[in-house]
Amino acid sequence: MGILEVKNVGKRFGGLQALGDVNLSVAENTVHAIIGPNGAGKSTLLNCLVGKLIPDTGSVMFDGQSVLGRKPYEINQMGISRVFQTPEIFGELSVMENMMIPCFAKRDGAFTPNAFIDMFKDREIVERAEQMLEEMNMADARNDNAATMSRGNKRRLEIGMCLAQEPRLLLLDEPTAGMARADTNNTIDLLKQIKDERDITISIIEHDMHVVFSLAERITVLAQGTPLVEDTPDNIKGHPKVREAYLGETQDAA
Amino acid sequence: MFGLDKKDFRLLLLVAVLVVLAPFLLNPFPEGSAMAQFNAGYPDLMQRFVIFGIFAIGFNILFGLTGYLSFGHAAFLGVGSYAAIWMMKLLTMNVIPAIFVSVIVAGIFSLAVGWISLRRSGIYFSILTLAFAQMSYSLAYSVLTPITGGETGLQPKVTDPRILDGTLANGATPKANLFGLEMGSSFEWSVGGWLFTFNAGYYVAAIVMLVAFYMSIRIFRSPFGMMLRAVKSNQQRLNYTGLNAKPYTLAAFVISGMYAGLAGGLMVAMDTQVGAERMFWTASGEVVLMSILGGVGTLIGPVLGAGAIKYMENILSKINKEILHQWFAFMPDGIEDILVSLVYPFIGKGWHLTLGIIFMLVVIFLPGGLVEGGQRVARLFKRKKPAEDGPDGKTTPAE
Ligand SMILES: Nc1ncnc2c1ncn2[C@@H]1O[C@H](COP(=O)(O)OP(=O)(O)O)[C@@H](O)[C@H]1O
Ligand SMILES: [Mg+2]
Repeated sequence: MGILEVKNVGKRFGGLQALGDVNLSVAENTVHAIIGPNGAGKSTLLNCLVGKLIPDTGSVMFDGQSVLGRKPYEINQMGISRVFQTPEIFGELSVMENMMIPCFAKRDGAFTPNAFIDMFKDREIVERAEQMLEEMNMADARNDNAATMSRGNKRRLEIGMCLAQEPRLLLLDEPTAGMARADTNNTIDLLKQIKDERDITISIIEHDMHVVFSLAERITVLAQGTPLVEDTPDNIKGHPKVREAYLGETQDAA
Repeated sequence: MFGLDKKDFRLLLLVAVLVVLAPFLLNPFPEGSAMAQFNAGYPDLMQRFVIFGIFAIGFNILFGLTGYLSFGHAAFLGVGSYAAIWMMKLLTMNVIPAIFVSVIVAGIFSLAVGWISLRRSGIYFSILTLAFAQMSYSLAYSVLTPITGGETGLQPKVTDPRILDGTLANGATPKANLFGLEMGSSFEWSVGGWLFTFNAGYYVAAIVMLVAFYMSIRIFRSPFGMMLRAVKSNQQRLNYTGLNAKPYTLAAFVISGMYAGLAGGLMVAMDTQVGAERMFWTASGEVVLMSILGGVGTLIGPVLGAGAIKYMENILSKINKEILHQWFAFMPDGIEDILVSLVYPFIGKGWHLTLGIIFMLVVIFLPGGLVEGGQRVARLFKRKKPAEDGPDGKTTPAE
């Protein structure tokens, strides 16, 4: 039994069958990549996991519990954190405040009206947030406005914010899309480090083969809303069906 | 001090000093001088400054922090006023129950309105709140007449039950008081050509305003306040960080509704009458203008904005043609007439035009409102002192 079990999930947008019949099992403490050409349904699948979309058919179980019908914040509190395709952070807030928010969410839950303490006097939270900033190498940027950071650093902060919640499953939707090579490599290094140092399951959607093959332990190839194959990176590279459906296509384009 | 850091405490202290000394500060010109026109240190107006200050402080907790723009907050102010006047009719002319109940009733009403309006965001939220307020206004005028007094409104009457008060002496009228201290009573102090008025009602309202201001600072600096700013900044991220935005925004809505109710209750405590026009949509719009003019999301901005607008409404609107002629009397006759006719559209009934122009100038050139203006001036002065030239231009989100 994997930590995440997706069974017979289908999702239709009007006349378009975005997801056909998806079965997926993500084993605990692994990095599982989902690849596939544009429009294959990768983001749709991920949205079904985090409560943004509700699938028409099938079931999604996380750690033995169904996530279907739950709100995004409830699913997050179950232990699933999500990184977006374009970094989603609190732009108007300082880097430190950005980091404190998930720390509060982790400790105090979905809603706590604590209006009469000074947030910077909450030592437990401040220390935790500072420690996370250290780990993300962002301690110097502590007081900067988050919106002023480079895209790579925003991504780093977003990942840090997710990790501050100590999620059991981290979902990333094309975390390096639109990034310069240097930022991409930084992100790969960061994710490798996370995978080595923590007990965490990572599921990553990626278009960039370089990223996928340097991180993933298992790969699912999605095409037209259905999984084609699931295997180790080495086997995926040589798989004829994959070459035809996906890799071949990108090689031709290159 | 009081759980505030140094900077916030200094701000609170500064506001406290200004508020306490307002009868002097707002009356800088001797009685009878040409400039006495600009004196604002009389009880009525000073009371309005602090009461609308409270209204705007509360509004800013919703609009400034969460970004949800309510166009219906005058309804809570009105409901607070009605609740207060009923306390004065049924219980006592002491202002304490009136003020207390006005906050509670406005809180309950805003919980209901917020619950429904917050199902939508952006312009739809604004329209929903506007609809609620206009509905309240119309109801107060028509079907609710038994409770609201309809067009005539409500005042305490000699014949009201007032179960906690003893019977009034023959010929006496009911007067709002605080354990016997009448809100209307004033102490006048005449020095040289100056006349300073210290009004009991003003100081009661001022103390309430300082407490309200203090609480808003605490909210701004709390984890709760940060969550509200996070709602404004990125609701998507907030949801995917395991936080439920709905109760946070609803709490902010109710808190700001209670501030509005408090302001409404104080209005009744100062001037014991209510009419439905207090809930008209222009009154809701006014508090929006106050917040934006002063500086949305800043601590002191709404108070400044409230002061500026109430000052213009009461001072500019009283200047008439004769006064203009007096001012420009030193000019040759022809030029005097031209100057008077040039300035005339901007004063008296035309004060709205002046307000509109100032508002546009602020929105275009000082998006941070009067507070940003103040910061820019302060920075200019700092730059002139070469000793302290640290790059201190960093804007803290809540000043
Ligand atoms: N909210 C939506 N409404 C309608 N169609 C959608 C929606 N989201 C995605 N789609 C369609 O579903 C298909 C799969 O999209 P997506 O999951 O974003 O693909 P991928 O992430 O693999 O590139 C695409 O054809 C896309 O146009
Ligand atoms: Mg996608």
